[in-house]
Amino acid sequence: MSGLRLSKVPATDTALKLLAVAVLMFSFVFVVMVPLYNVLCDALGINGKTSGQAYTSVPVSVDTSRKVTVQFVAINNDGMPWTFAPDDRVMRVHPGAATGTMFHAVNPTNANMVAQAIPSISPSRAAAFFHKTECFCFDQQALASNATVDMPLQFIVDQELPGDIHTITLSYTLFDITDSVQDGLAAL
Amino acid sequence: MGDHHHGPATGVTRWLFTTNHKDIGTMYLWFSFAMFLLGGFFAMVIRAELFQPGMQLVEPGFFNQMTTLHGLIMVFGAIMPSFVGLANWLIPMMIGAPDMALPRMNNWSFWILPPAFLMLASTLFMEGGAPAFGWTFYAPLSTTYAAPSVTFFIFAIHILGVSSIMGSINIIATVMNMRAPGMTYMKMPMFVWTWLITAFLLVAVMPVLAGAVTMMLMDIHFGTSFFSAAGGGDPVLFQHIFWFFGHPEVYIIILPAFGVVSQIIPAFSRKPLFGYASMVYATASIAFLSFIVWAHHMYTVGMPLAGELFFMYATMLIAVPTGVKVFNWITTMWRGSLTFETPMLFCIGFLVLFTLGGFTGLMLSIAPADFQYHDTYFVVAHFHYVMVAGAVFSMTAAIYYWLPKWCGRMYSESMGKTHFWISFIGFNITFFPQHFVGLAGMPRRIPDYALQFADFNMMSSIGAFIYGASQLLFLYNVVATIVAGKPVSEEKVWDGAEGLEWTVATPAPYHTFEEPPAVPKPVGTF
Repeated sequence: MSGLRLSKVPATDTALKLLAVAVLMFSFVFVVMVPLYNVLCDALGINGKTSGQAYTSVPVSVDTSRKVTVQFVAINNDGMPWTFAPDDRVMRVHPGAATGTMFHAVNPTNANMVAQAIPSISPSRAAAFFHKTECFCFDQQALASNATVDMPLQFIVDQELPGDIHTITLSYTLFDITDSVQDGLAAL
Repeated sequence: MGDHHHGPATGVTRWLFTTNHKDIGTMYLWFSFAMFLLGGFFAMVIRAELFQPGMQLVEPGFFNQMTTLHGLIMVFGAIMPSFVGLANWLIPMMIGAPDMALPRMNNWSFWILPPAFLMLASTLFMEGGAPAFGWTFYAPLSTTYAAPSVTFFIFAIHILGVSSIMGSINIIATVMNMRAPGMTYMKMPMFVWTWLITAFLLVAVMPVLAGAVTMMLMDIHFGTSFFSAAGGGDPVLFQHIFWFFGHPEVYIIILPAFGVVSQIIPAFSRKPLFGYASMVYATASIAFLSFIVWAHHMYTVGMPLAGELFFMYATMLIAVPTGVKVFNWITTMWRGSLTFETPMLFCIGFLVLFTLGGFTGLMLSIAPADFQYHDTYFVVAHFHYVMVAGAVFSMTAAIYYWLPKWCGRMYSESMGKTHFWISFIGFNITFFPQHFVGLAGMPRRIPDYALQFADFNMMSSIGAFIYGASQLLFLYNVVATIVAGKPVSEEKVWDGAEGLEWTVATPAPYHTFEEPPAVPKPVGTF
């Protein structure tokens, strides 16, 4: 371009810097936004997400002064043909007491299948105070045709649970993930 | 440099290979008008179906495709490219530059747009139909439950995102590197300022949109689970990413409109813009705030109370810089020698209706009240007041204002004023009743509704047909002006107009400011 311009910097330099910003923002979505969202949800217990790791209990006394109602809900996701239900629908537990229960699943189809249970806690505020020491949701469940399985759940309600929470609902949604996990089938 | 003094090439190659900012601006404007008519036609299908309760004309699935394509085409095909076209035409002329900084990239950023929208429109004829998940394409509706055509939709979004990023890089480079000596930042016309800030927003958030659709693509085809709970992902994550893009996006649409209004109101008030510096700072503040308010679109997803409160207060804060702008426009008119040519009418229409839309936005920002308004026609009314009466009205004003400069012919003032009044009345008949049905609980994006909403919906549909028809009058007026308008030759077509673009010959020559002009005094002062 002829003539005098106010800026002494070539326009291509500016353009390249801006291109770098665009590339940076694209990576920002994957490298920052997604992990940050998951970390925040884990740390704050937002969205009722519970930890995907088994809780290692610290020795503490059982709070016998109050009881909390824990409700269990089992839901099949769209098109999931399994029978899936908790053995106990409601339990009354003391905060701090290790408690166990079972869920029961049947694969009534003629095909070997793999399922994954996804937990969710309501109210979501309680998610940080509900510790699972053992849960079938930590693993995928491979079930042969017409087979049955009893799946254990061990949990502790934290003594620090806010006093205004009297009922916790733990809901599991069972997803059919057979298509995406062919290796699980090979093990059957 | 001698070879720069020839005129345009002839034939179709002039348009295919052009690197001239005026040619590219013209193509952007015509393309966006074509998309405006297509998106408008889809809106007519929607309003025809909603004319009466019960299923009348189209299948519910097709109705959803219409609402989706209407939104996508109006946002990405009509409003955004129209302002890019305006930027192409005006920014070099306003800052005394001979062309855009990167003319070849400019050619590319336009020419990848038509294939993108052709691909998006072609999904209508595919098996399973076009995308039917709304322009916000929330997962898993747009992943697990979408028609196969969603892959074409994703590719189209990628292309138009690339186009927007290239266009905005070009605009920033032009403004930062190509200004004539003396054209310091605080002397730039407001339109250039608003576009500079808009372009920064685009560079920051269009890649985020690209990231969101890339995750969708991977969830659909490559077995990832970003948005699928079965694999440990979260559908709510999609909404956060989408609105992290989506909220700056609405300011991307409205900030250039603010710029246009800030050029036109002083011209017809015959007074400099009141509070130029505060306008610049207000624009920058709005741009900054746009990054920290996204979750006010998702108050109902179950956020913690602290989140609801933060996003509510941050959103309300935006009313402050926006209020500064509205105050300045009104103060510019105060005791000015006003005349009411068509561009000024559209700007005043903008001012009144955009402010109304701003107030309903303030109502929506109140988190506890939003649970009632969420996903109702109240929201539809709100964003059409800011998108149509905001962006489209100011765009229309811009066309009437600069068209005589561009083609050296004057449009028909009586036809222009008729266009304004039909638009203004038609628009309000369409969207004002939607506030009422929304507050009464009519949800958006449905093909049928309860009988109690019948009368207001019929009014709305009649208004929509009036507003739609008035755009054909606009098209006729523009074409008639270009072909046979009364020639004008004064450099300053409007006696109150200020700025470098009014110092070049009328019609604007193919090449302007190959030698930088002298910038004698701050633009906008007398």
